[in-house]
Amino acid sequence: MSDDHKPKAASTAPELHGILAEYDTPDQLLNAARKVRGAGFEKWDTYSPFPVHGIDDAMGIKMTVLPWITLCAGLTGLGSAILMQWWMNAHDYPWLISGKPLWSIPANVPIMFELTVLFSAITTLVGMLMLNGLPHPSHPLDLVKRFARVTDDKFFLMIQASDSKFDEKDTRDLIDATHPVAVESVMEDRVTAENFPPALVYGLIVVTCGALVPVALAVKARHSKSDKPRIHLIQDMDAQPKYKAQRENSIFADGRADREALPGTVPVGHLNEDDHFFRGRAQGGWARTFPAQVDLSEETMARGKERFGIYCTPCHGQSGAGDGMVHKRAEALAQGGWIQPSNMTQEYVRNQPVGELFNTISNGVRNMPAYAAQIPPEDRWAIIMYVRALQRSQAGTLDDVPESERGSVK
Amino acid sequence: MATASDFNPFQSAPKGENTFAQITDNVTRIMEAPRPPRAWYIAFGVALSMLLVFFGSLGWVVWNGIGSWGTTMPAAWAFPIVNFVFWIGIGHAGTLISAILFLLRQNWRTAINRFAEAMTIFAVMCAGVFPGVHIGRPWLPYYMMPIPNQMDMWPQFRSPLEWDIFAVSTYATVSILFWYMGMIPDFATFRDRSTSTAKRLAYGIVAMGWRGSSRQWHRYERAYLILAAIATPLVLSVHSVVSFDFATAQLPGWHTTIFPPYFVAGAIFGGFAMVVTLAVPARQFFGLKRIITIRHLELMNKVMIATGLMVGYSYGMEFFIAWYSGNSYEGFTFVNRAFGQYAWAYWTMISCNVIIPQLFWFKKVRTNVWATLVIGMLINVGMWFERFVIICTSLTRDFLPASWGYFIPTKIDFMTLGGSFGLFFTLFLLFCRYLPMVAMSEVKAFSPAGGHARPHLHHGHDDAAHAHH
Repeated sequence: MSDDHKPKAASTAPELHGILAEYDTPDQLLNAARKVRGAGFEKWDTYSPFPVHGIDDAMGIKMTVLPWITLCAGLTGLGSAILMQWWMNAHDYPWLISGKPLWSIPANVPIMFELTVLFSAITTLVGMLMLNGLPHPSHPLDLVKRFARVTDDKFFLMIQASDSKFDEKDTRDLIDATHPVAVESVMEDRVTAENFPPALVYGLIVVTCGALVPVALAVKARHSKSDKPRIHLIQDMDAQPKYKAQRENSIFADGRADREALPGTVPVGHLNEDDHFFRGRAQGGWARTFPAQVDLSEETMARGKERFGIYCTPCHGQSGAGDGMVHKRAEALAQGGWIQPSNMTQEYVRNQPVGELFNTISNGVRNMPAYAAQIPPEDRWAIIMYVRALQRSQAGTLDDVPESERGSVK
Repeated sequence: MATASDFNPFQSAPKGENTFAQITDNVTRIMEAPRPPRAWYIAFGVALSMLLVFFGSLGWVVWNGIGSWGTTMPAAWAFPIVNFVFWIGIGHAGTLISAILFLLRQNWRTAINRFAEAMTIFAVMCAGVFPGVHIGRPWLPYYMMPIPNQMDMWPQFRSPLEWDIFAVSTYATVSILFWYMGMIPDFATFRDRSTSTAKRLAYGIVAMGWRGSSRQWHRYERAYLILAAIATPLVLSVHSVVSFDFATAQLPGWHTTIFPPYFVAGAIFGGFAMVVTLAVPARQFFGLKRIITIRHLELMNKVMIATGLMVGYSYGMEFFIAWYSGNSYEGFTFVNRAFGQYAWAYWTMISCNVIIPQLFWFKKVRTNVWATLVIGMLINVGMWFERFVIICTSLTRDFLPASWGYFIPTKIDFMTLGGSFGLFFTLFLLFCRYLPMVAMSEVKAFSPAGGHARPHLHHGHDDAAHAHH
């Protein structure tokens, strides 16, 4: 605009933007458009409440480039989906699911399709708006009162004054020849930018800066060190309304959350009075016999063998020689500090009373942990029974072999 | 296509006047009225109270955990997923009307497409709430999106549940874009008819300065065509992907290849039922009888017969394949559906979805507004039960009799289901009051004076000019 730098004066005549013609029907508009196009104008347009059929031909509007933009966006979406799924599931964090291949097209097709559609759709709308120059808040036509009916039932045509072929009188004559309902001169709108309320501008600036504060705080939090834990808005199960062992509890005089058993009380099922059966002790020393509760039978032996296989063989081995898998593994690692499990068939173990063996299983010895929590007492006794059998088998002499078979052993 | 010229949706409108202005008046009157009809207030009050029930019950579920629902093993999916599939299905009719019928040049769609699209968006919103809460920790759904997180892990893209995230969120986004783009010219009409500054400013912002330029219309129409072409495979894919959640599982009754087409047909069937359920009161209360005519309702009822038969065929084919496959688990599942502990739900489904819609074969029924409304509502009930039957019968009767059970919903289950209708109707009633309920620019283009629906349409200038008079 040429008069931008001129001092504002009420007497300044508004500059002509163009000449506007109004029509009642789409057909009048089509005829007018053909005439204006025939006259060779370039900066002109028609306006209608709906897309008028045939107006593209009448005005000579070329096919828009929009479909090609959409195609590119769709291909970008497809490529992004392929790259994203490959990179996330097969490369950056290889994720094996039910033995399926890390990267196989069929399982990734749905998301490829969805992202193709998503990218195309967003680009189509945004592309249409951008090619159309929207949003377009202010326009000289807004000053023309009758033009408001363009979104209702009227049809308009405007030739801009900036067109090289524009001549105020000739153009007016051309438009009159198209039999419009009304013709009007459209003036440039010089008011809008100047009248934009400064309070609104400053308000927008303040709001925008204010909106950046939380973002700035988040960025600062991510790039600074603190001895306090990060703010954790939702605690999930981190905070549970209960007392844990060793915690403080002001309700009780001693301030402890976990309570000791009251003197003289025993939890149900924990009386364990029988020293022989529960602790392997009799007559002030290690018991030398099995307690009465243990049934010295074939079944108990089988039970003992099975339990031995589960709890003892990992370290002591199948024969009790102290050469189990754990030992072999420790030897292979050769990291030092490993003490070989005892060979339970050697003489000093053979000579231990059954009560002492029971104590060893229950409470552990040297490197061996206590098994009282895992193996109930009757099973411990069954294991000892089996261990006794193992020891016997490893300490056999020729005298143990039946006389008829001795020949084959020699 | 012959349909465009055979059928004139405006045959009841008076001729010889300026129908463009009448169309504008009919649609903008709702927005311009100082207050909506009394029925709107009553409906809005009811919808708003249901919405409060929805928020209250969801708050309860979020605070106390999803154990407040009856959802528990073996029916770990139960109501929330039934409701999800039900609502997402409802949406499909909107996209079908706006996209597929547009590509098929079914011009009668112009009267109903706008509010069918609105229905789609509100239904997808209702649908999204249920899996969002059903995940148990509704503040962590971003784990399902491919965004970097503190666990340094990515979503698992070979899971149908992950496909669902993408399908539903893409569907929601594209539906909103399509809806919004369609409304831009109508927002401009509202802007130009607004009398108060506030309305003018609000509608002006969303109209983005649309002034009906033909050069803009050209790109606009092209963009609309592209979006319709994109949305068409999308709408078919969304319920297919939802059906994959079931079909890729091993459970008898779920593990079937018929699921994708069966789900899509059911979605369109149920969606059209919802469209007529909304259209009948909307045209009644807002004086749109001249725009949404009996012909429109009749055509939608015909779509319902067609899709209802497809759904009925699917029910039958599932039974046939269960027998034909010789798979004893599959066979048991279907006999159990019809005659087992959920037989009551199964036969409700069959009655509402297969038997009752057959009444639409009679012209008297399908041109009767109230019959259409009642049958539409019954189909909605039937389609809800279809999802209930699929989910609950299979989950409570799987391979291992030791894990069999019976799903019993709680009060909270019913409150969230009922409440979701509150969300839906609240949004819909606000839409009716404040947004252009009918696509004015499209209706004008296809009205007798608009030129798009003229018989023997040619691109030659003279033909087009003469055909009008």
